[in-house]
Amino acid sequence: MTAELTRRDFLTALGGGMVVLCLAEAADAQESGRRAHSGDAHPREISAWLHVGEDGAVTVYTGKTEVGQNIRTSLTQAVAEELHAPVSSIRLLMADTDLTPYDMGTFGSRTTPSMAPELRKAAAAARQALIGIAAAKWKVDKSAVQVSEGKVFCAGHSAGFGELTRGQQLVETIGSELTLTPAAEWKVAGRSIPKVNARDFVTGKHRYTPDLKRPDMLYGKVLRPTAFGAKLASFDDSAVRQMPGVTVVREGDFAAVAAPDAASAERALAALQGQWKAEPQPSDRELFAYFKTNAEPAEDRQTRGSIEHGMAEADRKLSETYSVAYIAHVPLEPRAALAEWNGEKLTVWTGTQRPFGVRSELAAALNIPEERVRVIVPDTGSGYGGKHSGEAALEAARLAKAAGKPVQVVWTREEEFTWAYLRPAGVIEISSGARNDGTITAWEFHNYNSGSSAIQGTYEIPNQRIAFHPAKTPLRQGSYRGLAATANHFARESHIDEMAHALGIDPLEFRLRNLKNERQRAVLVAAAEKFGWGKQKVAQGHGCGLSLGFEKGSYLATCAEVSVEGGRPKIVRVVEAFECGAVVNPDHLRNQVEGAIVMAIGGALFEQIRFDNGRILNPKLSQYRVPRFADVPMIETVLVNRKDLPSAGAGETPIVGPAPAVANAIFRATGKRLRSMPLTL
Amino acid sequence: MPDNRDMPRITELDVNGISRRVKASPERSLLSVLRDDLDLTGAKYGCGEGQCGACTVLLDGEAVRSCITPVSQAAGKRIITIEGLEREGQLHPLQEAFIETGAMQCGYCTPGMIMSGVSLLGRNARPSDAEIVHGMQGNICRCGTYPRIVAAVRMASLGTKSTRRPS
Repeated sequence: MTAELTRRDFLTALGGGMVVLCLAEAADAQESGRRAHSGDAHPREISAWLHVGEDGAVTVYTGKTEVGQNIRTSLTQAVAEELHAPVSSIRLLMADTDLTPYDMGTFGSRTTPSMAPELRKAAAAARQALIGIAAAKWKVDKSAVQVSEGKVFCAGHSAGFGELTRGQQLVETIGSELTLTPAAEWKVAGRSIPKVNARDFVTGKHRYTPDLKRPDMLYGKVLRPTAFGAKLASFDDSAVRQMPGVTVVREGDFAAVAAPDAASAERALAALQGQWKAEPQPSDRELFAYFKTNAEPAEDRQTRGSIEHGMAEADRKLSETYSVAYIAHVPLEPRAALAEWNGEKLTVWTGTQRPFGVRSELAAALNIPEERVRVIVPDTGSGYGGKHSGEAALEAARLAKAAGKPVQVVWTREEEFTWAYLRPAGVIEISSGARNDGTITAWEFHNYNSGSSAIQGTYEIPNQRIAFHPAKTPLRQGSYRGLAATANHFARESHIDEMAHALGIDPLEFRLRNLKNERQRAVLVAAAEKFGWGKQKVAQGHGCGLSLGFEKGSYLATCAEVSVEGGRPKIVRVVEAFECGAVVNPDHLRNQVEGAIVMAIGGALFEQIRFDNGRILNPKLSQYRVPRFADVPMIETVLVNRKDLPSAGAGETPIVGPAPAVANAIFRATGKRLRSMPLTL
Repeated sequence: MPDNRDMPRITELDVNGISRRVKASPERSLLSVLRDDLDLTGAKYGCGEGQCGACTVLLDGEAVRSCITPVSQAAGKRIITIEGLEREGQLHPLQEAFIETGAMQCGYCTPGMIMSGVSLLGRNARPSDAEIVHGMQGNICRCGTYPRIVAAVRMASLGTKSTRRPS
């Protein structure tokens, strides 16, 4: 497929007008594996495009998914800013593998730093092209033509976009000479505007995957193993085969039913007879020892100077071990999919952060080419890193194929807790040395299993060894909002607090003595000032703690006040200062920071997956506590807006601050140092 | 195997002011009848045990967890779902307040939150923040927008739309 042919195809498919193609940067294209790929409707060099129809309608095509981080809104703002058109005139078509360009997935807080600039360029190029058409039509110089509020005009002339694109067959690519509006001059971006389709959510009109229906649709249920890794040793479906309208599928260890209504599907599932055989497996009681004995060779992430030398210079030395539990994402919309076969072509609607990845999974598992699979992602009931995989999509596809009808599979909460994946548990060992003047001289940090995100930190320490030790995991694990940055910040910032205490230095002062990075220092000072660190009188039974951090281009600092009554810590107040470059939508950024703080409270104080011998012991919301209204402290956010710096994504990093700040506050309140998340006295 | 298909079926429900014909076994959950039979999908499945509140609807004005409410208990009562709050294109003040305060991220909990809030305001027209927290404690927002939801309920209770936060 040549580029030229593709360009003409675009306009044929889109029905004329003007299209602006975003070509991914060569380096980016290589990095994200944008090689030619048989399943793609469009070449992978194209990362997004913007179409101005002959009716003037502006549609932006991107493979990104909306899971509550509100990128549908922030990307629309980015386009509106450069196109000089109202937000309400722009529609985003997202995450449909047949209609949108290839995208690796919506994760790693990459939308704002990578997709937003591309769409801004496309919008700026579209504006330039519209100016060009108008100038030619009105026989005036381009410099005399302006665009504002979706209108193109000059003295004596005015036209809507549609009047200019009508009858056109224009394909533009983005030139390198484009200049974008600097953040200091933003008019639409940089402002708080409401979620663009908020009305659909408050009226219940928006359809998530479980809300979709297709004609003749069946409801699917899957027979789950009695333990992880269990094999289906015997299977009897004779009772089910007599049930009218019920389809049974068995392929290896996969056994499932589909029926015309949910109650019949449940009855059919209950009537399936399966015997499972499983191997003995470890329990949560022995987990941390298990990681140490099942560790693979260390991967060094930082070696500098000599630990031996640094320890020899130290007046005080500390050596402590920290740990974090497995926790579940608990997206309120569980995994769900609706699959429909039309002849050889499979269409699946599903809530995932990786539509193209799920397409690959489906094609591989069903042994069909990717071009015969279409994955569509309705705006989804959250992900938090937990929806990278396509389990429900494949289950629905298998059932739909056997039944010859569309099939919907919606996981129960118990299935979501048990058969999705978890945030990795882990053990972190830290040894450190410091001089009495508060200079850290040695820092040795070993993370077992939890991961290497944000493993390095921003402190200036001459002698360091930092290593990640992958290990065998008894439970299925995967990405979670912020990845291991939460665990690594918890251990590092708890340990820094312990060092400060051992040296008798104020924790804020101790951190500042060992920091040079100006952005890191700025958020730390901003949080401390807002909180009134060291200036307020702390009530009896209360304590204050702080933490700082850096990950994915964002800097933060968190102060927390905790009260302890009857042996239970309660978070009273949290101040978090956050800096992610130029702020795109202050209210939505504040919403992300507040929400991440609330979610962080769960991991800090009570969330923990219990397990034994291949089974989850608390797979229900009545057994696994997540933060509720009464758990929420007074939250204050300080947004440090750096209009001179590119915008970084902010969906993840704000979550790393609260746990260590709270652990440090509990220590001040009780004298007890808690080194294991969740923190329980 | 328990199977109540021989018991009298529920044939009529009063939903959002309209009498709807249904044919449902009495033990089925109200949630499944609303979603699967009447295509009213605003109420969500979240946990199936009445713990998260995503399935909340009103029965004679009172918030119930429709996932653990047998449809037989709803027969003869006025059922209001999120789809029934809007009147002639006018949103309920609490729906307006959710938009105004930006009290959502993914929005999956939003219909249940709003129905719990409407029920709370029906019992207590001017709740304090502590009463809002207490009244909404059974609803989970995993995205953590609780402070904004409290602000939305407060705004609706005062009947005043505050100005949007300055940017």
